[in-house]
Amino acid sequence: MEPLDRELDEGTLELPSEPMMLNMGPSHPAMHGTVRIVLELSGEMINKADVQIGYLHRAFEKMCERGTWTQVFPYIDRLNYVSPMLNNVAFALAVEKMLGVTVPERCQYYRVILGELARICDHMICSGAMCMELGAFTPFLYFARAREIIWEMFEEETGARVTHSFGRVGGMANAPTKFFKDMVRTSVPRVLELVAEGEKLLLKNRIFLDRLEGVGIMSKEDALALGWTGVCLRATGVPYDVRKAHPYMVYDRMQFEVPVGTTGDNYDRFMCRQEEIRQSARIIDQALAQMPDEGPINIDDPRIMLPQKNEVYSTIEATIQHFKIVMEGIKVPAGECYSYTEAGNGELGFYMVSDGSGTPYRIRIRPPCFATTQGLQQLITGLMIPDVVPTFGSLNMIGGECDH
Amino acid sequence: MSKRVLDALIERFGADVYETHAQFGDETAVVNPARWREVALFLRDDPRCLMNMFVDLTAVDYPLRTPRFEVVLHMRSLERNHRIRVKARVGDEEGNNAEIDTLVPVWKGANWFEREAYDLMGVVFKGHPDLRRILMYPEFVGHPLRKDYPANRIQPLVPFREVTEKLPPFGPDEGMPFGRQSHDDQRDRTGEVN
Repeated sequence: MEPLDRELDEGTLELPSEPMMLNMGPSHPAMHGTVRIVLELSGEMINKADVQIGYLHRAFEKMCERGTWTQVFPYIDRLNYVSPMLNNVAFALAVEKMLGVTVPERCQYYRVILGELARICDHMICSGAMCMELGAFTPFLYFARAREIIWEMFEEETGARVTHSFGRVGGMANAPTKFFKDMVRTSVPRVLELVAEGEKLLLKNRIFLDRLEGVGIMSKEDALALGWTGVCLRATGVPYDVRKAHPYMVYDRMQFEVPVGTTGDNYDRFMCRQEEIRQSARIIDQALAQMPDEGPINIDDPRIMLPQKNEVYSTIEATIQHFKIVMEGIKVPAGECYSYTEAGNGELGFYMVSDGSGTPYRIRIRPPCFATTQGLQQLITGLMIPDVVPTFGSLNMIGGECDH
Repeated sequence: MSKRVLDALIERFGADVYETHAQFGDETAVVNPARWREVALFLRDDPRCLMNMFVDLTAVDYPLRTPRFEVVLHMRSLERNHRIRVKARVGDEEGNNAEIDTLVPVWKGANWFEREAYDLMGVVFKGHPDLRRILMYPEFVGHPLRKDYPANRIQPLVPFREVTEKLPPFGPDEGMPFGRQSHDDQRDRTGEVN
């Protein structure tokens, strides 16, 4: 047996002392297939990190300049594939701001309800994916089941599950179905039950908490300077929510709280999302109670709205109207505007320039996760490799939006 | 609301604020690009403005105008709850000399947004700590969001494979995804020829 007090200096083994470079992603499962982080490691500590997005560039802004204003909707769906309805509504509101029109009240409530359902979906997928990346697969199944309930409702309303290009400038593609209110009233409590069950598996789990608490801390000032919005900003203690700060549609009539965190770590971001799910359910309840059962869903302006299909087939006026809108597009007044709403992961802004024709001159999207992902470098420097996974997961990066 | 910010800006910078307007309820100022960073610092620190929240930075291409590019900056104040848009015009007709000061020392969030504007429009931000392409790969030639960049141009990193002979879409092996061989191979295997 060798003596225990062997002198290490005399050993011939040479340990490498240079920092090691490691590529994490883009095909790493926790990097969502679109993000690569080049890490400079000393041991397991991260000395430097270089976050590289751009593995999914689809030229959203260039494509928007080639079609009419209404043809942008299908692109909008694919930007954020976990809450496309919020993006639909945000873009419709942006064009309506330039046109100076307001949709009827019934449509506003309809948009709010659909948007809040999409927000619940967005938060659940983010939380679920985050715990799955940490190895907790069962809660993910609970959250995915709850999401399925919501998507069944969307399928019933829009006819499509994921990429429902349902928004229109000046309204929605269709009026709510006959059973819409009953369907939402019975489904939302089931969703909340599933969310609560998923949480039960996580929030007393020592491993899960250890990997979230105190990891990935961002200060309030840094978050503001980085342009963070949404849950990531609120987790640092800033109660900024576009629905409260600049109420659009009928949000000023709704009673709801804005959950804020204290430290801005992963745990705060997770808990803010879970609380926002419950607040969204509250908003849905109130909107269902206030939404009128009768009334128009679209504005009555033949220059903006597409006519009903049965009229297109039977009257010449509607045929011409349809043709003009499809071939030439809506004539949006010349000028520029910035319109912003609260999307699933923060302030979703559209900066649009119109030259007065039926085609947008420039559409710039301000995706919330582009700004949050840029803070990742600062968050993970000084942490260890395993901390990258929950930190990145809690930012809720959506590849389609981040790379527009 | 933001009208007061515009007044403060004009009071401080005078003739360097070229024009102001408020379209669709958004207050906008066009400023001298030489004083870009000064304007941003003023907007961030002046007690009447306090624009501590960086929102967006982008560029718009107007090929028929000189200067050609508009660099557009949006920001918001958390305390005062107001927003403003500031623009500066840079670059000549060909898109050269499109240079402007970087805003990374003012808000560090400007970092990626400036890299994106550089990548897609070709506006150079002087003094940026790390001005690389962000969405396109480094070998990419040109700036795809400029109006004179054709939307259907392709620049593949790996050259396309040359297909000399196209196989018939429906052959004897129809319906078998793994069996899409040429007819000669097929005949060899089934022994019709040999």
